[in-house]
Amino acid sequence: MNRLKILLILILAGVLLAGCVSKQPAGVQTTVQPTAPTEQPIKALSGTIKLDGSSTVFPISEAVGEEFQKLHPDVRITVGISGTGGGFKKFCAGETDISDASRPIKDSEKSLCANNSITYEEFKVAFDGLSVMVNPQNTWAETMTVAELKKIWEPNSTVKTWKDVRPNWPNEKIILVGADTDSGTFDYFTEAIVGKEKSSRSDYTASADDNMLVQAIAGEKNALGYFGYAYYVENPGKLKLIAIDGGKGPVLPSEQTILDGTYNPLSRPLFIYVKKESLNRPEVKEFAKYYLTTGKELVHQVGYVRMTDSVYEEGLSRLR
Amino acid sequence: MRKIKGLAFEYICIGATLTALFLLALLLWDAWDKGAGWLSWRFLDSFPSRFPEQAGIKSALWGSIWLMLLTALISIPLGVGAAIYLEEYADRTWLTRIIEINISNLAGVPSIVYGILGLALFVRWMMLGRSLLAGALTMALLILPIIIISSQEAIRAVPNSIREASYALGATKWQTVKFHVLPAAMPGVLTGNILALSRAMGEAAPLIMIGALTFIAFTPSSPLDPFTALPIQIFNWASRPKAEFQYLAAAGILVLLALLLAMNAAAIIIRNKYQKYIKW
Repeated sequence: MNRLKILLILILAGVLLAGCVSKQPAGVQTTVQPTAPTEQPIKALSGTIKLDGSSTVFPISEAVGEEFQKLHPDVRITVGISGTGGGFKKFCAGETDISDASRPIKDSEKSLCANNSITYEEFKVAFDGLSVMVNPQNTWAETMTVAELKKIWEPNSTVKTWKDVRPNWPNEKIILVGADTDSGTFDYFTEAIVGKEKSSRSDYTASADDNMLVQAIAGEKNALGYFGYAYYVENPGKLKLIAIDGGKGPVLPSEQTILDGTYNPLSRPLFIYVKKESLNRPEVKEFAKYYLTTGKELVHQVGYVRMTDSVYEEGLSRLR
Repeated sequence: MRKIKGLAFEYICIGATLTALFLLALLLWDAWDKGAGWLSWRFLDSFPSRFPEQAGIKSALWGSIWLMLLTALISIPLGVGAAIYLEEYADRTWLTRIIEINISNLAGVPSIVYGILGLALFVRWMMLGRSLLAGALTMALLILPIIIISSQEAIRAVPNSIREASYALGATKWQTVKFHVLPAAMPGVLTGNILALSRAMGEAAPLIMIGALTFIAFTPSSPLDPFTALPIQIFNWASRPKAEFQYLAAAGILVLLALLLAMNAAAIIIRNKYQKYIKW
């Protein structure tokens, strides 16, 4: 009985402590709340909107869902992460209204949808751009080819110094930092550079926190790393961009080159696929419109690059 | 030499215990260190958000509570019923032995397998969708073997003399089970059930398999609603790039631990309470 009392006291103490400690973390909220759309909803929307698919698109859908629900509290939005392929399986089985995708729908998936007479509209919602970065004190590296990056990052890579990459570069140890294996950035980078998803050397400093990667590169002269372009934009003075040569000459990532597709192969468009049948429901239609209007403001906030306005306009025109 | 061997064995055992305790303490300390600062009423009463400062576990907490209640409703009657049948009614034939061996084997099947079964059976075939009910049915399948085995053991521990005395006084089998065997076995049965339920509480794999969702900003209002649960929310936060979400994950772990501790404490209290009344 005594033991039981002690246990109870411990639990009570824990609950009390949990109630008291409400210290807010020191992190400063730099993000700006998106502005409400100018048009007010005429009547209250309700219903459930089901989204599933790519984990890369998830942050955008989550952000749009979160904001949309603030405006329409009776609409229930669910967002799952099944991967692009898993998302399409559910979408083409008629289980979801909207599918998040980090690549266009494949032919096999198209026929799956056709078999179940699911028709859909495709919308581009953002660009995902990856940049390769070095320390500003690095005076030698300006451009790199995809082949050189592959040589550095492939599994069992023998590259240890900068000299191993190009003979006229200094014989100094190359310090590699990159996304950890849980992140979509890792999947995407390995696929675009090494040629096979999740195939990478493992002796590098890995972090899922891109801000940590920024710090690591900013503090080490011989560092080389990769992460989302949005993080470079937030820390331009601390980092130096590498122009990537995908076969047509070196190109630096910028909003412009990511948008027009010349920054290749490290940029890709992100999509949502909306079931046409669901668009007949006012809440889904309103949500899709919201995705292409207010949603585009949120894209940058969650770390992606906005499309040009004409892309969103074109999408909206198909929703009228 | 004999004594030295004995002493060495004792120290090895102490070492094993201490290692286990140390690792557990380290884990708890790490979760507490990271998560305690984020625990607050707001954390319990907010929906998930992309801003860590605004994110909370309301939908996951309610999802888990709903899930546990439904799982208990489904699995306890089935499990205890099966245990009573196997112990009190079934003849000891090769068939019952095969059934019992199968149940023991099922208790060791990896939880993800139940997830696949749940996806095919409840989500797709019974068309329950990715609902609380489908999740609860899957969880019930997962813990049924544990419930049956622990209930069987509790029932078996009731001395035969009790049953014989009951029969001697002219009681039927049903009366014997209802008035003597079950009440006597109750502490063991309930403890086993609660421990099985707390296992279900911490499971993420089968729920991910049947497609419990990641972002949900409402609480379920019926068993057919979509849902998320604490382990899934923690998993989602832990895999996010922003550092603050790691702290949220730790805070979520603390909440889950508190719930598990509370359930286990309930099991102990129930056992102690009932045991007082049973004196043979």
